[in-house]
Amino acid sequence: MSRSSAPAPAAIEARGWGWRHASRLRPAVEKLDLRIHPGERVLLLGPSGAGKSTLLHALAGVHGGDDEGEEYGELMVDGVAPSAARGRAGLVLQDPDSQVILARVGDDVAFGCENLGVPRDEIWPRVRRALADVGLELPLEHPSSALSGGQKQRLALAGAIAMRPGLLLLDEPTANLDPDGVREVRDAVGRVLERTRATLVVVEHRVDVWVDLVERVVVLGRDGRLIADGTPGVVLVEQRRELLDAGVWVPGVPLPGAVAFDVTGQATAATESGSAGRSAIEHALTARGLAIGRRANAVVQRGLELDVAAGASTVITGPNGVGKSTLALTAGGLLRPLEGRVEASAALASGLKREPIAWRSRELLTRIGTVFQEPEHQFVASTVEGELAVGLRALRLDDVAIAARVHELLERLRLDHLARANPFTLSGGEKRRLSVAAVLATRPSVLILDEPTFGQDRSTWIELTALLRELVDDGLALVSVTHDAAFIARLGDERIVLAASTAREFA
Amino acid sequence: MSAETYSVPQAAARLRFIDRVNPVSRLAAAMLLTTPLLLTVDWVSAATALVIQLVLFALAGVTLPTLLRRAWPILIAAPVAGVSMLLYGQPSGEEYWTFWLARITDGSIELAVAVTVRVLAIGLPAVLLFMHVDPTELADGLAQVWHLPSRFVLGALAGARLVGLFIEDWQAMSLSRRARGIGDHGTVRRFATMAFALLVLAIRRGSKLATAMEARGFGSEVPRTWARESRVGWPDLVLVVLAVTIAAVSIASAVWAGTFHAVWS
Repeated sequence: MSRSSAPAPAAIEARGWGWRHASRLRPAVEKLDLRIHPGERVLLLGPSGAGKSTLLHALAGVHGGDDEGEEYGELMVDGVAPSAARGRAGLVLQDPDSQVILARVGDDVAFGCENLGVPRDEIWPRVRRALADVGLELPLEHPSSALSGGQKQRLALAGAIAMRPGLLLLDEPTANLDPDGVREVRDAVGRVLERTRATLVVVEHRVDVWVDLVERVVVLGRDGRLIADGTPGVVLVEQRRELLDAGVWVPGVPLPGAVAFDVTGQATAATESGSAGRSAIEHALTARGLAIGRRANAVVQRGLELDVAAGASTVITGPNGVGKSTLALTAGGLLRPLEGRVEASAALASGLKREPIAWRSRELLTRIGTVFQEPEHQFVASTVEGELAVGLRALRLDDVAIAARVHELLERLRLDHLARANPFTLSGGEKRRLSVAAVLATRPSVLILDEPTFGQDRSTWIELTALLRELVDDGLALVSVTHDAAFIARLGDERIVLAASTAREFA
Repeated sequence: MSAETYSVPQAAARLRFIDRVNPVSRLAAAMLLTTPLLLTVDWVSAATALVIQLVLFALAGVTLPTLLRRAWPILIAAPVAGVSMLLYGQPSGEEYWTFWLARITDGSIELAVAVTVRVLAIGLPAVLLFMHVDPTELADGLAQVWHLPSRFVLGALAGARLVGLFIEDWQAMSLSRRARGIGDHGTVRRFATMAFALLVLAIRRGSKLATAMEARGFGSEVPRTWARESRVGWPDLVLVVLAVTIAAVSIASAVWAGTFHAVWS
């Protein structure tokens, strides 16, 4: 296909530009002066709330009218307002599930072309080309719901580039993906840029993913003003302190703490108490001949063995879709094993039946706590302090004891200034901290976490892993489902690798 | 049209003729066929329609197993509706059995038969005509053939896809309530917290989807083109004519047999 499929790359210019969301007092972006030349590749960094997404949405022309917010100054793509340059910018967002528009892969990619009024005869060649560019060589009628997270993001990218934009805008496109998905998407973007030479603006906390692809780094401060602009080599060194404080994962900066790790995820040192405690203590949870699945007729794994030691941290890893979360929910006494059984130690059961699934909801609280992958799935109260008190009230503790424990957790997880806020309104990092704190409130002996560090910034990551290490060293049995190599290095005392329908256990 | 035109493969195409009819024409046929049947409550018109329908569907390739698999809710609902008519329908003629409010009479027996057959005559074509209808094709038809506003049609189509995500949300939330220690009592309260959370998630997902659609130029001023052409042709006309004919024949036969009994009289 040799027709001129690459449009001219777009230029961006902001002159004293700002934006205030209708529901906020303070502008998200303020007095921004920025010029991006055609074909430049820019990484946009800054703390959460610095207005990075706001800028991207404005460049894509999806901010809507005056009812959504107030605009100051000028923002132009190729010299005109972005809303008047529909189709010049292609935007890919963070959440893979909320971006799939139509049921079939081909139709989904064609959607943007249809809206731009591209003639039918031209649409399908564009669709095929875009799918090939992102490396998604599937039949056009393949169901879009049957894609992995990385594939869905590449589908969204294909949908954007089929519109032949001169400007590609990526808003944390890999934050919700496992390492394979991250690589897939990054490589696809690289290929697309190689061919189209489009201008790129990408927002991402994980700098290492994009640093080789970009030539310029722009940093916005907490107040929405520009604080640094230059080549990655200069900005990442000069602004290191600010970026680290903002939770950005600056490449090459070691994580604080006793355990060193390398990128292969091998722990180079095991903690003393972890290994010493293990041999002496009975396993808190064991499972033999376990078959798991969410429904009786949908077994995802069979013949699993599991030993969860007190005072040790166990990580469960493996590719998407092999049943890691299902295993965690089954071990946590929330899903019934389809075959075999999960057994608690006599100490953990303390008078109850040995199988956690037979316990009452209230009896689980002090024994096994489970933190869900999506914090919103487990929020039940209308305030942060109410959320922390839910389990304590279920245990029928007196008000004084509840208040004391809630206060302690609020301080420990730096949520005290948010005590009366609604859990649903918190930021991603705050939601994660609250979801962990709410489960820790009742001091369970076993803690099960599903992807605890997914999409978290560096600050939350450091805080969370330090807390977990401390709890494990004090005797907690921790089980975490994770893809995060750094997390595995720090907390992978025991490792279970789930493969497609067989399981191996690592000592 | 060029060689690049994208044809949707009919993986589950097992019906002769009907599969070649545009989904919107099937919708029209179902409405034209069943609306007149709602106007009268007699057994002759319903039985006539049902017999013709069964013959035609059999010719189109609907086998008994297919019928049972697809239409079982209606096959259950029809006799249930019939039995309630049998016991509580307007009594008239000879009385055979009575118990408190329930009375089986000549009149209620006739009504029971009429209602059972009628539920089948209305339900079966609705189910069988919409076998294998792809929502995307239906939306294409509604927008291109019936010229309903594309914003509304495509918004509904994309939004409907979120239902699957909401079901997953709901399941995860049910499990989490047990983990949080509030799974033992207070079903109503628990349901309320889940309903609220689902609402929040639904609004959030919906607005993200809207942003994603807008970013792809949805809702712009440019006239939209359609990657998939939705067409109607002679099979559509035949199906609609058939539907009208069946309705007319069944009503006429009821009038001829003297059993026509309008619902409003």
